[in-house]
Amino acid sequence: MTMTTADTGTMLEVRHLKKVFQGRGRTVEAVGDLTFKVKAGELVCVVGPSGAGKTTLLKCVAGLLDSTSGEVLLEGRAVTGPPPGMAVVFQEYGRSLFPWMTVRQNIELPLKEKKVPKAERQRLVREALAAVGLSDAADAHPWQLSGGMQQRVAIARAVAYEPHILLMDEPFAAVDAQTRAELEDLVRSLWKRLGVTVLFITHDIDESVYLAERVIVLSSSPTEVLADVAIDLPAERDQLGTRSLPRFAELRAEVYRLVQQAKDGERPSTIGKVAR
Amino acid sequence: MSALKSVVRLLAVPALLVAVWWTATEGSTDYFWPPLRTIVGTFDDTWFHGRLTSDVLPSLLRLVAGYLLALVLGIGAGVAIGSSRTLRAVLEPVLEFFRAIPPPVLVPILMLFAGIGDGMKILVIVTGCVWPVLLNTVEGVRALDEVLRDTARSYRLRRGSRLVHLVLPGASPQIAAGARQALSVGIILMVISEMFAASEGVGFTIIQFQRTFAIPQMWTGVILLGVIGVALSALFHLAEARVLRWYTGLRRAQREG
Ligand SMILES: Nc1ncnc2c1ncn2[C@@H]1O[C@H](COP(=O)(O)OP(=O)(O)OP(=O)(O)O)[C@@H](O)[C@H]1O
Ligand SMILES: [Mg+2]
Repeated sequence: MTMTTADTGTMLEVRHLKKVFQGRGRTVEAVGDLTFKVKAGELVCVVGPSGAGKTTLLKCVAGLLDSTSGEVLLEGRAVTGPPPGMAVVFQEYGRSLFPWMTVRQNIELPLKEKKVPKAERQRLVREALAAVGLSDAADAHPWQLSGGMQQRVAIARAVAYEPHILLMDEPFAAVDAQTRAELEDLVRSLWKRLGVTVLFITHDIDESVYLAERVIVLSSSPTEVLADVAIDLPAERDQLGTRSLPRFAELRAEVYRLVQQAKDGERPSTIGKVAR
Repeated sequence: MSALKSVVRLLAVPALLVAVWWTATEGSTDYFWPPLRTIVGTFDDTWFHGRLTSDVLPSLLRLVAGYLLALVLGIGAGVAIGSSRTLRAVLEPVLEFFRAIPPPVLVPILMLFAGIGDGMKILVIVTGCVWPVLLNTVEGVRALDEVLRDTARSYRLRRGSRLVHLVLPGASPQIAAGARQALSVGIILMVISEMFAASEGVGFTIIQFQRTFAIPQMWTGVILLGVIGVALSALFHLAEARVLRWYTGLRRAQREG
């Protein structure tokens, strides 16, 4: 995969992003003032308490939601609608696949829309399905598959799309622990193989430390970046080995402490210095 | 074995009703309730010597034309209205009003504008059939899953393919429900549109028999209409089962899961 990145190597830049929902007599400031950068080829996890505005952030980055103020730059261009070169994996896997299409058709549709030639399309579908271990399920309908398999299909669809950046919103929140571990390893291996930039949202602290090169901790609403933690674990990770490293425990404890602070209403200004 | 069972179950009640009708009217001398035996006996003479092509066929052609036109109009307008919040807010009360008008009362009005030819009769069928299709389509489009919409947007599906791959299939279960209602409305209107002013058609023929006191023949017309209704609804089910096969499977999976 070729990477077209801004000269600085920055893939994604979020500047003073703010999102206020105006309801009937109720205004919710879901995102207060978010600023951060993601370098090309990075795998960054975003953690934060429930209701911290993580999904809102993702939708703003994906161009699915207009921000109230601030801006999102992707590869140097302001995001005003869903940009090309981006794929999103939603939390609600069951609802993000078209139930009237087979697995193959689901994966192929965005490629058709991109006008990828047929032979190339078939190759991409085949490879994506092989990568997620679902080669046999190509002609099944999504509802004939288990939850974990459905989420795999959604990942295969994103991978086949050959995005520059992949956004994932708590994609494994609703699958069992075993499947979850497998899917985590799948994401790491795809990320390494494809060199794609990944922004991964989760509320699971262990997951964020295991997956990421960097963990961004959000404060509670109105949301700001509370801390930006570099994960200096070895690049080769495996579920048992990595998770039993002393460094893993330290990082986990640190992120845990930060999320706890966020839940207690701590703000960047109140802790003074940002852990780095 | 189970196929045989379901056929038996399907036909048990109709067979019983026919049997009751048959025995109850067996020795009937009531002029308006001739024996079923007599009615069945006149069926062949009444319909199978010319009227099939001179009356039944024109009726059915008008029904098909009006029904298909209503489907196209209803789905087209329904998609447009369902996709736009403003359009919905402005039009919804009006639509409810039009839906509430019993279509037969439109016949005399439409006769003024469209005369008494095929055009008027097709128009009557369209004006009756379009509302259930339209309102159900609006509802189906409006209720499209948010996540699916976001998925389609994030993969930058253009308007055309969003319509073909997201909106229409997503709303298809609702559209089918509307189309099913419309079909029964259509059959009723096919008959009624011929009762006011016509020179051929099933409805016209039945009225003609009634006016000339050809009572057994009149009854055969009623039976024929029933048979046409059952046949059309069976055809509809066949088509629906094909189009909505995914939906049946999905529902079953959800029930079991
Ligand atoms: N469309 C909307 N209209 C009004 N308020 C909204 C809307 N979407 C989100 N919110 C509000 O914004 C806040 C942040 O919601 P969001 O879904 O982004 O949180 P989250 O961090 O993703 O939470 P979770 O971890 O539970 O998924 C919540 O208070 C929510 O009620
Ligand atoms: Mg969320």
